[in-house]
Amino acid sequence: MHHGEQFRLEKLPADRSRIIYPPEPLEPIEDPDAAIREALESPIDSEPLRALLHAGMKLTIAFDDISLPLPPMRRPDIRQRVIEAVLDLAAEAGVDDVHLIAALALHRRMTEDELRHAVGDRVYDALAPRGQLYNHDAEDPDALVVLGETRHGEEVQISRRAAESDLVVYVNINLVAMDGGWKSTATGLSGYQALRHHHNPATMKKSKSFMDRHSSELHSSNWRQGEVLRNSGVKVFQIETTVNNDIYGDGPMQVLAKREWEWNLADRATFMAARAGLDRMSPPARRKVMHGWRAPYGLTSVQAGEVEAVHEVTTENVYRQQLVEVEGQTDVVLFGLPYISPYNVDSIMNPILVHCLGLGYFFNMYRGKPLVREGGVVIMSHPTAPEFNPVHHPSYIDFFEEVLVETTDPVEMEQRFEKRYADDEWYRHLYRTGNAYHGVHPFYMWYWGAHALDHVGGVIVVGGDPGTVRRLGYRPATTMADALEMASDVVGPRPSITYFKNPPLMMADVK
Amino acid sequence: MSRGHTALVYEDEPARFGAALAASKLRTGGGASVGPLRRDDDFDPPELPGPEWVRIQPRLSGICGSDLAAVNGQSSRWFEPIISLPFVPGHEVVADHDGTRVLIEPVLGCAARAIEPRCDPCAAGDLGNCERLANGCIEPGLQTGFCESTGGGWSTEMIAHPSQLHEVPAELDDESAVMVEPAACALHGALAAGVSPGESAAVIGAGTMGLAAIAALARWTPPSALLVAAKHGHQRELSLELAGPVPASAVEPSEIVRASRRLTGSMMLGSGAHQRVAGGVDVTIDCVGTAESLRAALAITRPRGRVVVIGMPGVTTVDLTPLWQREISVRGAYTYGTESLGGEQIRTFALAMELVASAGLGRLVSATYPLERATDALVHAATAGSRGATKIAFDTRSKK
Ligand SMILES: [Zn+2]
Ligand SMILES: [Zn+2]
Repeated sequence: MHHGEQFRLEKLPADRSRIIYPPEPLEPIEDPDAAIREALESPIDSEPLRALLHAGMKLTIAFDDISLPLPPMRRPDIRQRVIEAVLDLAAEAGVDDVHLIAALALHRRMTEDELRHAVGDRVYDALAPRGQLYNHDAEDPDALVVLGETRHGEEVQISRRAAESDLVVYVNINLVAMDGGWKSTATGLSGYQALRHHHNPATMKKSKSFMDRHSSELHSSNWRQGEVLRNSGVKVFQIETTVNNDIYGDGPMQVLAKREWEWNLADRATFMAARAGLDRMSPPARRKVMHGWRAPYGLTSVQAGEVEAVHEVTTENVYRQQLVEVEGQTDVVLFGLPYISPYNVDSIMNPILVHCLGLGYFFNMYRGKPLVREGGVVIMSHPTAPEFNPVHHPSYIDFFEEVLVETTDPVEMEQRFEKRYADDEWYRHLYRTGNAYHGVHPFYMWYWGAHALDHVGGVIVVGGDPGTVRRLGYRPATTMADALEMASDVVGPRPSITYFKNPPLMMADVK
Repeated sequence: MSRGHTALVYEDEPARFGAALAASKLRTGGGASVGPLRRDDDFDPPELPGPEWVRIQPRLSGICGSDLAAVNGQSSRWFEPIISLPFVPGHEVVADHDGTRVLIEPVLGCAARAIEPRCDPCAAGDLGNCERLANGCIEPGLQTGFCESTGGGWSTEMIAHPSQLHEVPAELDDESAVMVEPAACALHGALAAGVSPGESAAVIGAGTMGLAAIAALARWTPPSALLVAAKHGHQRELSLELAGPVPASAVEPSEIVRASRRLTGSMMLGSGAHQRVAGGVDVTIDCVGTAESLRAALAITRPRGRVVVIGMPGVTTVDLTPLWQREISVRGAYTYGTESLGGEQIRTFALAMELVASAGLGRLVSATYPLERATDALVHAATAGSRGATKIAFDTRSKK
């Protein structure tokens, strides 16, 4: 079981426990570059990309940021392959006014290394020195425009460059079903003024889950904003890609991809050795090893064209890899939380991100109804140390020290604290000039768990720092046995237990 | 002269002084058992130095940070010319005088010393600033409790000059009354901070001094926002209670720089020991007086802001570059005298009695001990914060 930057092996009561394993990795597409060219030539509900390009036009290519995929992908990154293909076509058409924007919304700016990893050295060297490749800046008043409001009164704000372009090409990596569609542009290229209309507790509570677009208020809001974008004349050519779940490859952790009951003696020995090796390392060394891992992934689909039509196909492809049928809900669900979440690539998974990964992501990896029944218990395994990366997460430290000691209620913190954090000059400065997440970002991380907080009867963290766990509003347990005992106090004796063995990522289709 | 009195006597014995220093390094308050403090069960109360002086019998007498420093052998040598040995400690005293409960205002100024004409500060009512602390009809001593001639509160009998006595109002119980002297110190410091409407303030430390200072700020010069740094959970809770309607937050000392940045919406500069707020709060009241608290005070106070030091610093090493570069004013605040409030001149002690009653500061007395359990009492006082306590006092009421 994942436990931050370490691993634990746990025994569960055999008669009432079940383990849900991710599906085997899908066979990858053999020639990704050919598949990409084909998708650009024969898009869905759109003319071929070639026909949309012409000399003298303004072209903006936006791409997903460092938060995708997890763990990061081995070179060449899919983004690089797609962007190179798009730029080849643009060059053929004589387009020279091209901007490449990392669509990071309120995430931290990507470093040069990270940008090079995403788009490749050739693209980076051609565009970055001329100021044509850069990070989106959601706090630059000159670089954003408000295009209007949706029929629900939600403001729509987008990068001025994108709004003034003849064509926006958006390059996605759809790691989970939540990614892509209108969320790419309406969120990724937007700012706080527009994001607050869907990144809030009320919307999150109505998104059941946000991995299922048609039951997600978060997505409905983004789609409404997308409608305004389209009606305002912003022309988007959407390219979405899916990858298989081969995150361990042939690396030292490949044994984790196997089912424990299939482990042979060698597998057991490998696991034990790897775990012992990690335990022996100093925490910084361990962190370096874990975060240094680049996953092999294989491309499983690429589709391009009209945003909504493309996204429908993409979602099917994500589900094809990740959806697992599950018979009925459970009293207690177990998550082993790994060292990484979308918001701490090359960084520290601080306590707020533990909350977000557990109750925001893992809990929401369902379609139909949550894996754990209403009033049930979530048990998470993670060290939950009160550690923060001050460069990446400065406002998280304040959030932990100021907000969480007052309240863990998303609605209350939104009312009392959100605006001050969103408008704080210091956070704004660090977001714009350093590599810091936006001041308001820890609130969003907390809101991500709002639906789960409404739904469950309790959250227990095994092996976490007790003071920190309590500040998150959870209960600390030293061992899994203690945690199961504490869970029985909430859900009754002999509860049914489900261990949802993420990662690799999967989604429960709960019947 | 009645015999059979008990007192804790602080003696001038260099060997024991050294032992206290060594012990105090082992355990906070540990100096008590071996330090220069001796219990005398056959104590002779002092002679009356003049016809006006009177005998009083302590009921409760508090243990203050300056007492602990002395017992632990950590007092500054600055005090040498303004104390006289041996002395009986105890300057936070509620006592009986001819059947009346009295409080003593322990500063030994010109009036008590029978010096005429009085020095300028005494003439102006600023008793704490007296310039004749080593002169007159009594031995040197800045206060009762540090002077050979007067005795002190940690005993069953002592003497006082009538100018030092205040009758305890009936509505104040002994526990409340014993808080008046420390409350007077704290409120003198709080008013010295001169918080104007709209100004923000920080208080570092939430022991007796810090908590009383918070209550005083809230009562007379409420800041627009108040930040408190306190080590212990119960101190943070009490801080917020005593701040009343003032928008306040209480944080751990390690969080004070970030918290003051949040509070003032300012920028941050530097890292590690040099991390500070680019702006900061208008005024900081340091109720701890250590290198660490002074450093923090200078790191969170805005350019041209003020720092008031209520906690006794002793010999301390602090980088004063911020004082210079940010033109911060640092001033001390010691004891009391007269305050000017709303254009009126009022005795600090009068205000302190009002504050103790209105803020309910009597609840800060956490435990009392008989003189026979001096070691336990001093250890408790030295570790009060971590043991959920605030003020520890000696109780001599059962001796009557
Ligand atoms: Zn004192
Ligand atoms: Zn004088």
